[in-house]
Amino acid sequence: MEMKPGSRWASAVCDAEVVVVRPPKSGGDLACGGHAVVAHGGAKPDVARLDTAQDPAPLVGKRYVDADSGLEVLCVKAGKGALSLDGRPLALKEAKALPASD
Amino acid sequence: MHTSLLLEMAAETFPDRLAVGHLSEGVSYAELAARARAGGVWLGGLGEGTIVFVGQNSVAAPTAIFASAEVGRPFAPLNYRLADADLRRLLGRTAPSVAIVDDDMVHRVSGVDGVVIVTRSAFEAACVDPVNRAAEKPVVDVDIAVLLFTSGTTGEPKAAVLRHRHLASYVISTVEFMHADEEEAALVSVPPYHIAGIAATLTAVYAGRRNVFLPAFSPEAWVDTAAAEKVTHAMLVPTMLGRVLPILQARGEKLPHLRALSYGGGRMPASVIEHAMRLLPNVDFANGYGLTETSSTIAVLGPEDHRAAIQSSDPHVRRRLGSVGKPLPSLELEIRMPDGALAPIGTSGEVYVRGEQIAGEYLGKSVIDGDGWFATNDAGWMDDEGYLFVEGRLDDVIVRGGENISPGEVEDVLRTHPHVADVAVFGLPDDQWGEKVAAVVVAKDGAPTTADLAEWVKAKLRSTKTPETWEFRGELPYNDTGKLLRRVLKQELSANKA
Repeated sequence: MEMKPGSRWASAVCDAEVVVVRPPKSGGDLACGGHAVVAHGGAKPDVARLDTAQDPAPLVGKRYVDADSGLEVLCVKAGKGALSLDGRPLALKEAKALPASD
Repeated sequence: MHTSLLLEMAAETFPDRLAVGHLSEGVSYAELAARARAGGVWLGGLGEGTIVFVGQNSVAAPTAIFASAEVGRPFAPLNYRLADADLRRLLGRTAPSVAIVDDDMVHRVSGVDGVVIVTRSAFEAACVDPVNRAAEKPVVDVDIAVLLFTSGTTGEPKAAVLRHRHLASYVISTVEFMHADEEEAALVSVPPYHIAGIAATLTAVYAGRRNVFLPAFSPEAWVDTAAAEKVTHAMLVPTMLGRVLPILQARGEKLPHLRALSYGGGRMPASVIEHAMRLLPNVDFANGYGLTETSSTIAVLGPEDHRAAIQSSDPHVRRRLGSVGKPLPSLELEIRMPDGALAPIGTSGEVYVRGEQIAGEYLGKSVIDGDGWFATNDAGWMDDEGYLFVEGRLDDVIVRGGENISPGEVEDVLRTHPHVADVAVFGLPDDQWGEKVAAVVVAKDGAPTTADLAEWVKAKLRSTKTPETWEFRGELPYNDTGKLLRRVLKQELSANKA
């Protein structure tokens, strides 16, 4: 899959949706709950939905990163399946709180 | 990433929370999203091109920002304070366009070629019209989010281009999604055509903080609204803060709900920020430094930095109250000498910045270099702990006999003189030194002599920074966002001499 910056992807197994903030340096397959994500608005494959949340379940507004490839995604809709790239789990990006300046 | 997604996320996560407007008649995130969508569809059907906004601050401003994003049109807020001829010329440059215009300003802008005019009230009605609400949104993929005509002090204003990815990157890298609690409300008093106004809308939506709009700034109205609306956050340019403080003091108003006050858009005189911190001891102060071309803030002096600086007896730490803090962790910042080499610590040069929020583009022309760096045209230096000190526009810095002199530093000292109401310091050509320091002073409570004033500066700074040419005037020229127009005075005094 070609993960362009700004492209939006949906989980096949839950409600999670992510937007690519920074693409991986060299391709890769983004998955949620163990199943490849699909382009937002596209048809979802016929796979079983997750009943229970995995750890870490994607939370809206949080960013997730893969240190190896540089991939960074923003979760824009919460879900239950954990995110991974080529089988490597994505890590929650800890954001340093900045004072409001606008 | 598209800025409309920021509102979509907020509307899905906290649909019923108040997004914009007064406590009594606020608009929720879900309603703001619905209005933006309906308004966008309606605007899109009226004509092609840019969506222009000519009007005072109101709920219509953020609605129009997101409506434009919804239908993939650039949003171009114009400065309604311009003279009619200038405003019409700028409006003509946006064609083809659809312009949302405050009802009482329509007569000033009608009949410009290629521009469809609609009143603000018609736009507001369209946003709540069920027909527009039900309409299918066209699929769009246009990436210019905002066009801002920079308030140049010479020549024609340039149209700065901010793309969705720059603004969205700024928001998601500096704001934690929905971290605001439900009581938080920010008072927006910069006009809609200022980058801080655009950034305030986007960051507040993402933070989940209600935005309250002051149609036009006056210090009395600001204090009234801040108190009545239980405002917790606000951003002011330094001249605004300087005018608000005496009102607070005279009324004994403590603004108990106010938690955070940020400032930027110009140099903050030390006397003003010190007074503000004394008057509002429980408020967190933050200084944000940024440019239109950088999608707002690129460096911040935070509340802890403010407290550490003002409490310190070490002059090195204390002077950080006059710095703009440290660069955002999400970008890179360098100080370069005229030959391109990195400036050593404590040495002045030009501020360069690189990062995903940096737009660095004018309509038809990108000014980002091949390695992604943007030259800010600001002069500055960094101390040994990475605090950035901005001296002003490169053109404003006075170079006297090889020494860089920041006009703001000399002005700050003169402003503390009991007989100085206002002052502008700038360089004039000088045969011996290249440039010499000149000052134009607005006096108060009596007439200071130039010898007095020169002695005042010399005692606090040093003789090389002491103005050699003096003039007294009734007032100084400012642009409408409160920036002192030193260049105007420089031209006038240079012409007088010639």
